[in-house]
Amino acid sequence: MKAVAHWFAGCAVALGLLLSANQPARAQSVSDATPLQFQDSTEEARFHALTSELRCVMCQNQSLADSNAQIAHDLRREVLKLMREGKSNEEVVAFLVQRYGEFVRYKPAMEPSTWLLWFGPVLLLFGGGFVVFRIVRARGRHDVTAPDDEQEW
Amino acid sequence: MNHPGTRRRPSIAAIVGALCFLGFLALLFYGVHESDRVDRDALPSPLIGKPAPQFALPVLHEPGRLVTSKELLGAPYVLNVWGSWCPECRIEHPVLSNFAMTKRVRVIGYNLKDEHNDALKWLEQFGNPYMLVLSDYDGRAAIDWGIYGAPETFLVDGKGIVRWKHVGALDDTIINDELLPQLKRVEAGK
Repeated sequence: MKAVAHWFAGCAVALGLLLSANQPARAQSVSDATPLQFQDSTEEARFHALTSELRCVMCQNQSLADSNAQIAHDLRREVLKLMREGKSNEEVVAFLVQRYGEFVRYKPAMEPSTWLLWFGPVLLLFGGGFVVFRIVRARGRHDVTAPDDEQEW
Repeated sequence: MNHPGTRRRPSIAAIVGALCFLGFLALLFYGVHESDRVDRDALPSPLIGKPAPQFALPVLHEPGRLVTSKELLGAPYVLNVWGSWCPECRIEHPVLSNFAMTKRVRVIGYNLKDEHNDALKWLEQFGNPYMLVLSDYDGRAAIDWGIYGAPETFLVDGKGIVRWKHVGALDDTIINDELLPQLKRVEAGK
């Protein structure tokens, strides 16, 4: 078991060195992680729903549920622990936001600094709609005047 | 077709469209420009300006002794997260050692998720720049610090407020341009 663990550690270090040849990849610890044990399916469902709404801080394009990074293992364990302490979903998310920042939310909170994020697309839609409206109305006028011109023959 | 009234109206739309397009281009350019940063993946710490988390961690070199966050109050300190499993920490090590040697500020090691003996061996092999090394074997306390890997470095002032954080290996530029000016500000009481 120890030998296997060392082999994995060796692989991880080799991979780390390989990656750092391209870019300064940040290191992760490689201690083993036993899979989480759920008490029942309700808990499991809630856990999966919650962790898929959280972003992994290490591999930033994965959710906490999907990521295989060591820190994601640790944070999943922490999330389950907080759930068992009776914390609500909001409290668990707030716990992580306090430590790792707004970044961990896939669904950012509604506050002045995120208004542009929330309402930007709607603004763009209205802006685009306005442009289309102007173009269509201008064309409409063409069509009204055009038959008059043509009737002259 | 050259009626002035019909020409001007679509041109307003065209201007709005062109502005949108230019804005979009500017956004793309900004994105490409920002993606060039070495620390583009680094997350800003929400702890900056807030009290450092409370902890009681064992001292690597003195089994059985715990050091609490309260004991470290009174003077600023630099907390450097490292692990013997971390290749990037070896790159950082000589830079950090040189900095620690200037004795400008207390440099405390935060040994993250390491095997006790591996950590001791690593320091023996490369040298121990730290005044004190705290061990966080399971990485639980690291979550309170918002640590998500190594190396990471914090500057905490004498009142226990986190003033600065760097994610990734330190180099001389970062120390001179970021850490030292921050430290001066801390010492000036600002």
